Amino acid sequence: MKKLLSLIMVVAMILSVCAIGASADDFKVGVILVGDENEGYTYAHILGVRAAMAEYGLTDANVCWYYNIPEDETCYDKCIEAVEEGCKVVFTNSYSHQTYAEQAAMENPEVQFVSMTGDGALKSGLPNFSNAFNKTFESRYVSGVVAGMKIAELDAAGKIPAAGKTEDGKVKIGYVGAYPYAEVVSGYTGFYLGIKSIYPDVVMDVQYTNSWFNQTAEAETAQALMDRGCVIIGQHADSTGAPSAIQAAKDAGKVAYSVGYNVDMLAVAPTAALTSSTNDWGVYYKYAIGAAMKGEKIVTDWSEGYETGAVAITALGPEVAPGTAEKVAEVEAAIKAGTLHVFDINTFTVGGEKVEHCFCFDSDGDWINDSVEAIEDGYYHESEYLSAPSFSLRIDGITELN
Amino acid sequence: MAKNTKKEPLFRMSKRGEVMPGWKAWGTRFIGFLLSLVVSAVVIFAITGLNPIEVFAKMGEGAFGSAKKSWVTVRDAMTMLCIAVGLAPAFKMRFWNIGAEGQILVGGLASAACMIYLKSLPGLVLIIVMMITSLIAGGLWGLLPAVFKAKWNTNETLFTLMMNYIAIQLTSFFVAQWENPPGSNSVGVINGRTGNQGWLPNLFSSGFNKDFGWNVIIVLAVTLFMYLYLNKSKHGYEISVIGDSQRTARYAGIRVNYAFVRTMVLSGAICGLAGFVAVSGSSHTISTSTAGGRGFTAIIVAWLAQFNSIVMIIFSFLLVVLQKGAQQIATSFGLNKYISEMITGIILFFLLGSEFFVNYKLRFRGRKEK
Repeated sequence: MKKLLSLIMVVAMILSVCAIGASADDFKVGVILVGDENEGYTYAHILGVRAAMAEYGLTDANVCWYYNIPEDETCYDKCIEAVEEGCKVVFTNSYSHQTYAEQAAMENPEVQFVSMTGDGALKSGLPNFSNAFNKTFESRYVSGVVAGMKIAELDAAGKIPAAGKTEDGKVKIGYVGAYPYAEVVSGYTGFYLGIKSIYPDVVMDVQYTNSWFNQTAEAETAQALMDRGCVIIGQHADSTGAPSAIQAAKDAGKVAYSVGYNVDMLAVAPTAALTSSTNDWGVYYKYAIGAAMKGEKIVTDWSEGYETGAVAITALGPEVAPGTAEKVAEVEAAIKAGTLHVFDINTFTVGGEKVEHCFCFDSDGDWINDSVEAIEDGYYHESEYLSAPSFSLRIDGITELN
Repeated sequence: MAKNTKKEPLFRMSKRGEVMPGWKAWGTRFIGFLLSLVVSAVVIFAITGLNPIEVFAKMGEGAFGSAKKSWVTVRDAMTMLCIAVGLAPAFKMRFWNIGAEGQILVGGLASAACMIYLKSLPGLVLIIVMMITSLIAGGLWGLLPAVFKAKWNTNETLFTLMMNYIAIQLTSFFVAQWENPPGSNSVGVINGRTGNQGWLPNLFSSGFNKDFGWNVIIVLAVTLFMYLYLNKSKHGYEISVIGDSQRTARYAGIRVNYAFVRTMVLSGAICGLAGFVAVSGSSHTISTSTAGGRGFTAIIVAWLAQFNSIVMIIFSFLLVVLQKGAQQIATSFGLNKYISEMITGIILFFLLGSEFFVNYKLRFRGRKEK
């Protein structure tokens, strides 16, 4: 009996301990992150949230941070914890967090949930569940312009080695991709079209690492692409593996340049890095947190680009071609003004044919787009119906190696 | 040359001659627990400068701060308990079943497969089919190492451990098969949009995920069964004899190899059922992290409770409460999870340490021996 008594005392103590202390803050935001500040993609989100906090005078007391949350049921539990903490809006930052966020949204209609980079909000039909994605393809296009300028300069100076051109004289470009998703396809196509707008005689090889963040695999992939003769290597993967490998090859005498993603790569590739395309998530977090503070509904699909400064390219490297800064400013102005469209159907073909019709929405859940015409007014309306990128045409001139 | 001039050591330890009476043993453990709180408090203050009482209060809040939080704590404690109960007969028999992790995964996999392929079945039938397939899957995962042990005297620790890796790879394979959307490497919430087929419903209200009453009922039923099985049945008696001495068991005419197989099937099956509870009653998805190391943590629960299924309830709660509390203080005070893991570590250290004082006593120099 005494055994039982002492056990009851243990439990009683734990219970009594929790009766003390409670805090009440007016407004709370929940931020569920797949990584932490040591990982570039998540760090960019942290900076975005912090920018919004500064804007509205929020402190860490107003924000529940959940770091390193895997893409499994833990995400659902954290959503519920955030609700319990009194959060009025909860963000998850990784694609595969979304079904868990959706489940939590279904059960907590008074709280808004945002699955960043997700694509299920519209389909779910829930009023308190939304998606957001920057128009990253715009900054990729501009980074392509930077690369195109460099190729033109190298070619004019006769510095492109024989291995760097195909038999019919086209300059080879490489691209380190993460996964064969629309998000990546949209990005590399934007990059390629940016290059082509400056220097039309190019072909591009894309090789996937099947990981968002893998230093070694990205370095090896960049190496493999350079071995094929590629002189410019772009990337849609989150580590500094590729730029580091390219810098090493350049130092050894190879003609090779890197166009990065997310962060300025000059620290790891001081002469090889031309620029990187980046996102400023602050634009969205300011909007969404502001809306939630006012008790307004966050739009189901949000996507903005150069127009509002949600995307950009980082500082130009020391070896960019002369006149690059001016050209970049011109292209950026044209994108902002709406006179230049990245996926202009006159700039690409599929199987030798101009594309005049393409769906961008999957209505029946088989992951094949079957409705909503995306091509109007002579260009593909990327990220307009759904915020998540949907452009997944494999255009001529680009080869996926794996 | 061994001259007896050496000074007597400050203290010596010796095994207690008699078994400590229950109240004294539990008192010792309770004192250990209290001491661990004191030491944690000192560590918290030294490292973070935070008021330890506030930190403990937050830990409590993390586990029981609201009805929903309490239910989540209960839910996770029940899953932990189910695994520990499953491990109990094997460990009591001194059959080192390190394979609970894999047994949970295959059980969960079976449940998830039913949710995906058999969702047209009526609700209750589907749930029962899921339970049965999970029991069978887990049982098979337990059967294999036991048969090899019985037939060829293989090492069950390595065998069950290796079975974990097979289960993990199997899970990866099926996650790739069932991934939703394709390419995401994640199954996501199963049947979340299509009517929650195969989800354990709420007991006290309609819908899902509000209370986890059915988890409690299922797991407590298994716990009670295991308590009776181990303490009141002939099988249970055989298990404890084998655990004390296999030779004695053989001498007494117990078919040890048969008992290995029988017990491991039971052990694996209950761990498989824990997989069902985890998938159907909690996560509604399957991934390689479904077991999440609980197959190992539950070993601590089973040992601390000395294989007494009823006492395991307390230790399951203790570990889960610590875990929830740890997560809460990480969020509330902006600390990373390591400080909370340190606290959990300190508490476990003292609890396990108190077992030493239950089984041994210290004799100090100069004290007269009775």
